[in-house]
Amino acid sequence: MMSGLRKLYLASPLRMLTHLLLLFLVVAWTVPTLGLFISSFRTADSIDSTGWWTSLAESSQNKRIRLAEANEQQNIGGQFLIEGVLFEDEKIKIVSFGESFKTFTDTSAGDSLTLKNGTELIISEDGHYQWTSDEVFMHKRGKRIFVNVLIPPTFSLDNYHYVLFSEGLGKAFLNTLTVTIPATIIPILFAAFASYAFSWMQFPGRKILFVIVVALFVVPLQLSLIPLLSLYSSIGAYLDFSAKSYPGVWLAHTGFGLPLAIYILRNYMIGIPREIIQSARVEGASHFQIFVKLILPLSLPALAAFAIFQFLWVWNDLLVAMVFLGTSSDQIVMTTKLRDLMGTYGGDYEILTASAFVSIVVPLTVFLGLQKYFVKGLVSGSIKE
Amino acid sequence: MLVQLVQSILVVVLAVTVSVVYFIAGNWILDRWSAKSNTPKAEKIRPWIFLFPALFLISLYLLYPAFETLRLSFFNNSGREFVGMQNYLWLFQDEQMRTTLRNNFLWLIIVPLLSTFFGLIIATLSDRVWWGAFAKTLVFMPMAISFVGASVIWKFIYDLRSTDADQIGLLNAIVVALGGEPMAWITIPFWNNFFLMVVLIWIQTGFAMVILSAALRGLSNEVIEASRMDGANEFQIFYKIMVPQILPTIIVVWTTITVIVLKVFDIVVAMTNGQWDTGVLANLMFDWMFRAADFGRGSVIALMILLGVIPIMYLNIKRLKQEDEI
Repeated sequence: MMSGLRKLYLASPLRMLTHLLLLFLVVAWTVPTLGLFISSFRTADSIDSTGWWTSLAESSQNKRIRLAEANEQQNIGGQFLIEGVLFEDEKIKIVSFGESFKTFTDTSAGDSLTLKNGTELIISEDGHYQWTSDEVFMHKRGKRIFVNVLIPPTFSLDNYHYVLFSEGLGKAFLNTLTVTIPATIIPILFAAFASYAFSWMQFPGRKILFVIVVALFVVPLQLSLIPLLSLYSSIGAYLDFSAKSYPGVWLAHTGFGLPLAIYILRNYMIGIPREIIQSARVEGASHFQIFVKLILPLSLPALAAFAIFQFLWVWNDLLVAMVFLGTSSDQIVMTTKLRDLMGTYGGDYEILTASAFVSIVVPLTVFLGLQKYFVKGLVSGSIKE
Repeated sequence: MLVQLVQSILVVVLAVTVSVVYFIAGNWILDRWSAKSNTPKAEKIRPWIFLFPALFLISLYLLYPAFETLRLSFFNNSGREFVGMQNYLWLFQDEQMRTTLRNNFLWLIIVPLLSTFFGLIIATLSDRVWWGAFAKTLVFMPMAISFVGASVIWKFIYDLRSTDADQIGLLNAIVVALGGEPMAWITIPFWNNFFLMVVLIWIQTGFAMVILSAALRGLSNEVIEASRMDGANEFQIFYKIMVPQILPTIIVVWTTITVIVLKVFDIVVAMTNGQWDTGVLANLMFDWMFRAADFGRGSVIALMILLGVIPIMYLNIKRLKQEDEI
């Protein structure tokens, strides 16, 4: 009884706290990407002048503008009238207006204001104005007035158009795709063969070889760079072939990705019930047949998990691309390009945000679409179920 | 332009075909041979047909280079002249190296600690609210973003404008709103390291959260319910029952993030390029390798990174052996 009451008492504030704390953390984790996303659609001017968090609200701005010239006046029953519209853009809303910078907040839109020369001016919210006078208008240049306006948020795809077609990011996007597709599929193929042997075949040194493979997947890539670079240059010089090439990158990513691939696939394959394989053996199926007809289809979830992994890793890689690929437009990948842009356009966030978003949109889609497999792969690699 | 993409798809088709042909032909020849000689020898060779492509590439891309790097570490910049321990001596005397090691040490402690901490908190909280799955997806999302992309995101947050203009960087805008002075965060030596670490923590928390959340779900409800009956409050249940039970998973998460931290390169290159005392080992290695073209010193630094990984390698192997025995 006592503990039940206590639970009720504790439950509600604690639950509120849980919601609030989690909300705070989620917002903190999401806002950085949101800022990038929103900014990528804003103009350079608006990014530079106001924070992106203000961009969804209407922005209040003060503007100077001239009314029409005297030759546009009409004579209506002895009264002289000039009519017109202040802004072409219909979305701009007038808040207040006045004759000088000091008084322009005094008269609200829709009210009438008597100017110093005795004429009368009415500006409505949509920017239409009527300027009336008892005497004929004589001025040459239109009278200058001050207005306070509300400008609705404007977003456009201009930044994307610019980075994709003028900055060469479109080409870099294709280059990244060119690197990623083979570098994802080739390791899966080789790892599947090897994992089958490690799970279901008997051979001397099976254990020690697997231990070496597992040991290698934490070995830093940096350890391989210098010898491979020398190797590539000497092979390149011998075959009269550039040391920096797509095949070189494909193979490098394959080599670096294999240990993890074998580890994930072997962990999965070894969980397939022994009876299935044994009964197939009894029926006279060879290892080759078992691998192709039984194990591969059964291992599809693990294959998918690793494919997503490798895809994200290769797509997002900077180091391997910097070492094994050139920076000419037919080889530069998006990560390298983005890094170059950061150097060239330090504070030009309309270019940087749009470029960054182009580079993350594919992995983000893959990730959100296939999250279930990805999580499964991560978990199975870390927790033994 | 599309020609290139078609080429890359052709490569995939070619690679798949070659491997399948290799595989089928290898097995077929072995079958024929075993049928003729009628010996079990064929079955002794068959595993190696399965293993060969992977083992060959692993040897070429990981094993051979590791030994070659070790050899090069005793040679001069061109890799031709034996210099004994000179590169190692340089390592311990270099001023820049000391800053770099200090930075790496900070990264190694703080990033795994905070990523695991936030991951655990978010995993625990999101299991208790109806919108937990949605919350987890949002926190997990940065995992899909490249380190360079993340660097753009955070550089924008740390951006500084002159004091008379509106601050467009979120951090400085908050600082100004609270009455403080805006600052160029990533150029303040020592403290800037922490601003760079935030980027990696932001990315890795999602990883920690997913793994720990799966581990928490695996806990038996009975023990937790029983201790609730005994009057334990939520915090006691968390610290005394849940955390000790998932400790092995926490260690896995911690070590995995540690390995990632040791290799961290992209974030520093993109944010500061090692300026203002923010260098880490991977960047220093890259600089010595490419800018200075000194293979000896580059190799020594690479070995330093390996040194940090060795304890984790040992832990992984130990874990593997335990699993295999069960």
